[in-house]
Amino acid sequence: MISALVELNPLQLTFYSAALLAIVASLKVVTSKNTVHALLYLVVSLLAVAVCFYLMGAPFAAGLEVIVYAGAILVLFVFAIMMFGLGQDETLHAPSVDGSKVNQFSLWFGPFLLALLLLIELVYAISSGEIQARLTANTIDAKQVGILLYGPYVLAVEIASFLLLAGLIGGYHYAKPEGVGLDRKNNLGEHG
Amino acid sequence: MADILVKLLEITIIIALLIPIAAMLVWVERRMIGIWQDRLGPNRVGPFGILQSLADLLKILGKEDWIPPFSDRIVFTIAPVIGAVCVLMSFAVIPFSPSIGVSDLNIGLLFFLAMASLSVYSVVLAGWASNSKYALLGSMRAAAQMVSYEVFMGLSVMGVVLLTGSFNLREIVLAQQNGWLIQTQFLGFIIFLIAGIAESHRLPFDLPEAETELTAGFHTEYSGLKFALFFLGEYLSVTLISAMSVVLFFGGWLMPEPLASWLPPLLWFILKILCFVMFFILLRTSLPRPRFDQLLSFGWKYMLPLALLNLLVTAAFKLGGVYG
Repeated sequence: MISALVELNPLQLTFYSAALLAIVASLKVVTSKNTVHALLYLVVSLLAVAVCFYLMGAPFAAGLEVIVYAGAILVLFVFAIMMFGLGQDETLHAPSVDGSKVNQFSLWFGPFLLALLLLIELVYAISSGEIQARLTANTIDAKQVGILLYGPYVLAVEIASFLLLAGLIGGYHYAKPEGVGLDRKNNLGEHG
Repeated sequence: MADILVKLLEITIIIALLIPIAAMLVWVERRMIGIWQDRLGPNRVGPFGILQSLADLLKILGKEDWIPPFSDRIVFTIAPVIGAVCVLMSFAVIPFSPSIGVSDLNIGLLFFLAMASLSVYSVVLAGWASNSKYALLGSMRAAAQMVSYEVFMGLSVMGVVLLTGSFNLREIVLAQQNGWLIQTQFLGFIIFLIAGIAESHRLPFDLPEAETELTAGFHTEYSGLKFALFFLGEYLSVTLISAMSVVLFFGGWLMPEPLASWLPPLLWFILKILCFVMFFILLRTSLPRPRFDQLLSFGWKYMLPLALLNLLVTAAFKLGGVYG
C-alpha cells in the first residue's frame, strides 16, 4: 500500500486525496445527526469533487460546481434550515421504523446494491489505465462546453430552462401574499 | 523543487503585505472620514496616528476570546476563518504586475466568483452558530443580499469575458493594451462596483451589521481575535474588489505611454487600487443606508435587467463587428 502511494505522481496523489475527502465527507453527510453539520460536509464533498473535476482536465466544470452547487444552492439549503430553526439532533423527530428484520432489510438493501455497483465501477475505472489516460488526455475549456450546450444539447438546455421557469413562477405564486399591491402595499415597500 | 520554493516565497510575501495593508486601511478609513467631516480623526499614536492599527491589534489581542456557551463551538470558530481565507484565496489569481502573481489560472475570473460565493458561508454560519436573534437576523439578511448580488456580479463581468475572450485575468489585462475596457463596459463596471460593495457588505449595503437596528448583526457574539478576523476579511475584500475593478476595467498594471515609464507597473497597479479604496471610503461617509426590502428590490428590479441588457448589447456589438 505504502509503496503504491510512493509511485503516484503529485497530480495523482492530489486527485486521490481529494476523492477520498469527497467520499469521507459524503459519508459524514448521511451519518451526522446535526442538520447544519451534515450540510457543511456536503459543501466539503462538493468542493472535493470540484478539485477532482479540475485535475481531470475540466476547469470550467470545476468552477461551475463551486459557484452553482457549493456557492448558491447549498447556501439556500443552509438558509432554509436556519429559517426553520432546525439544526439540533433531528433523529428524535424521525419517523420510527418498525422493529422487524424484514423492514430493516428492505430499507438498506436498495441503496446498498446501488452503492455496490458504483463501487465496482469506481474500482474498475481507477485500475484501468486506458480510462485514466483518456480522462487526463485533453482539457475541456469553457468554449467547448458552450459549443456543446448550444449545439447538440440545445434541446436539453431549453427543456431545463422551461422546468426552472415553471419552478420560479410556482415559487412566486406561493410566496405572494394575498391582495398584493392593494391594501398591504405599505408593508412591502414602494416597489412591492 | 526550486520552482515550488520560489512560488511559496512569493505567496508568503504577498500575504505578508496584504494583511498589514488591510490593517492599515482601518486607520486610513478613520483618518479620511475624520478629514472629510472636518475633524482630525485618530492622530495620537505615532506620526499622523499611523500606528493606530498596531495599537488596535495589541488591544484586540488582549481581549478575552469568548465563545458563548449556547453556541455551536466548532462552527462558531470556523466561520470567521472561512471569510478571511476565501478573500485571501481570491488574491491568488490577481495579476499584480507583468511578472508578479501567484497563479495564471485559466478560469481565474470564475475562481474569483467562486470564492466570493463561498464567503457567504462565513456570515451565514457565524449568525447560525451564535444562536442569538440579532446574529441570526443579520446573517439572514447577509445571505439574501449576497446571493442576490452575486447573480449580477457574475453577469456584469461577462461583457469583459465576451470582449477579451478569456477567463484568465492576466490575459484580460493584456487584452486592454489598446484601451481600457471601461470605455466599452461602463455600465458593466457600475454594476460590478455596486455588486462588489454589496458583496463586501460595506455602507451603504451594510444591512447585515446595521448597528442601529441589529447591534452588530452576524458578529454580535464575537470578540477578540475572531472579531478581528471578520474585520480583516472586510477590509481585505474592499481591497479585493478594488483590485478586481482595476484588473477588469482599468487595465491592471497598464498605463498609457507617457505615464507608463514614470513608475514601475506594480506601483501603477497599487495606485489605481488606492484610488478605488478611497472611493469606497468616501461612499461610506456620504450615503445613507437603504431599507432591506429597498435593497433587494433595487437589485432584482434594476441591477439584474441592466446587467442582462449590458450583456445583450455587448454581444450584439461584438457580433456586429463594432468592437472588431
